[in-house]
Amino acid sequence: MTLLLDVRDVTKRYGGVVANDAVSLQVREGEIAGLIGPNGSGKTTLFGAITGAYPVDGGDVIFNGASISHLRVGPIVRQGLARTYQQTRIYGEMTCMENMQISSRASQGNVMSLLRLKARGAQTRAEDLLSFVGLHEKRFEYGGRLSFGQQKLLEFAMALMSEPKLLLLDEPTAGINPTLINGLIDRLQRANKELGVTLLVIEHNMRVIMNLAEHITCLAHGRVLASGTPDEVRNDPRVLDAYLGAQ
Amino acid sequence: MIDPVLDRLRKTPEWLVLVVLGLVSLAAPFIMPGLVTQLAFLWLMVVFAQTWDVLGGQLGYNSFGNVIFFGIGCYATAVMQRDSGLPYFDALTLGLLLSALLALVAALVFGAALLGIRGHYFAIATLGLGIAAGELAAGWDYIGAGSGMSLPLFPGELGSRELFFYFVMLAIAAVCFLTLRWLYGTRFGLAMNAIRDDEDKAEAMGLHTTAIKTVAWAISAVFLGLAGGVAGNMLGFIDPRDVAFSGATFGVWMVLMAILGGKGTLWGPVIGAIVFHITKELFWTYLLGWQRVALGVLIVLIVLFFPQGIMGWLADRRRARAGGAA
Repeated sequence: MTLLLDVRDVTKRYGGVVANDAVSLQVREGEIAGLIGPNGSGKTTLFGAITGAYPVDGGDVIFNGASISHLRVGPIVRQGLARTYQQTRIYGEMTCMENMQISSRASQGNVMSLLRLKARGAQTRAEDLLSFVGLHEKRFEYGGRLSFGQQKLLEFAMALMSEPKLLLLDEPTAGINPTLINGLIDRLQRANKELGVTLLVIEHNMRVIMNLAEHITCLAHGRVLASGTPDEVRNDPRVLDAYLGAQ
Repeated sequence: MIDPVLDRLRKTPEWLVLVVLGLVSLAAPFIMPGLVTQLAFLWLMVVFAQTWDVLGGQLGYNSFGNVIFFGIGCYATAVMQRDSGLPYFDALTLGLLLSALLALVAALVFGAALLGIRGHYFAIATLGLGIAAGELAAGWDYIGAGSGMSLPLFPGELGSRELFFYFVMLAIAAVCFLTLRWLYGTRFGLAMNAIRDDEDKAEAMGLHTTAIKTVAWAISAVFLGLAGGVAGNMLGFIDPRDVAFSGATFGVWMVLMAILGGKGTLWGPVIGAIVFHITKELFWTYLLGWQRVALGVLIVLIVLFFPQGIMGWLADRRRARAGGAA
């Protein structure tokens, strides 16, 4: 399989704190990859570095064969690399349908194309994706009135609406009702298989990530600690030490 | 008691409201010939509120400097009328075109400089812009400096000037309304709301946020520039601080009217402008000497009791009744 995302020795410093220290990881096209690590190990920082939220201090990010580490958020997402946030970000004063409609690929066009398009465009696809995440009956509800878990689902649907090649999900199950988590795993897998979206998932719930990911990278203190199949990572003594403390 | 009336209004199709409003507006100066100038100023207020709401309501950028585009419009038309040597109506037409163009260019330039600033900082920066413009105009001899500019006499018979500018101002307000109505129905309108709700998210979803903000400001600037060119002629005299760049009156009123009617709605600013203008004119007529105090009290009352504006209050009321009925 071809490499879709190739992170090469990315370093990000905040003053004296090295949040990412020469981190490398690869995501192959079509797979579901996992990113784990204890709190403060630099996972979300790495997401920001990949998606252009801030400039990196070293290393390079190759997406779909081209370097994107010099680009900002907008150009990167328009190339098909989208993300969701740990603390959900949706448009609170807009209905779910409007949230979906403005997230479509067509909305990323220039101003002239936005002026030509009716606000109600891409209705069917928006409704289908809202059904997919189980929010269809909430479609005329304001985004800000949804529960935290529902907002996460909406944000996931919005990301799918933009038809990304690669979607970075930051803790998709955090704050979601435990009984809904199985449904969410199923949806992530279906998005991967049926919609062809490659996924890179940050997850704290080990049961979830071990079932979901084909390949996992573990960070600790900003460095890559281990990387491999779920079994390899789970049985790596360094990973156990990082989570449970060394003997 | 008020609810059946509101229900009735809500069920009326929008085109019918527009047609009736259009007919009333066309007939008004003939029904109330003594109030033609006040009515023309009413349409100016409608333009003020609507154009302020593009950024303030739909985009979430509170601008206190929009009056600058109005002032540029005032002077551009006046200079064209003074210096072009063309017949009155030719000079006026060209002047209005120049006003719109210069306001547009100003919006693009200031937009590039200021629309990267967010929240309160943007509000303060635009406030400074409006004040600076007034001081600059008051010191620039080419446009009359502190003594202002007088406009050429209208060539028609007595009373025709007021009527003429009434209809020009009405046309600007109407075209402005219809343009914004169309704009809010496009995906551009949704994009503005997305930026208002979460600009970082909008950017992270690939929207061209800078271009969207700048174009939105430019659209309001064009109508403000046109309105300025006409307003100068309606008044017959342009003072740099009290007319053209009058932040303390026009600049504040445009914000108030939009808030009173309901920010971020199509009809809110229109309703707000009408209510505000009528109230203000009544104060000037019946509370002379105390009119500014009364206006101040009104402003406090608006912010206290109608923070969501008339449209927001109506929506709350409907929600409460729907909840009660269920």
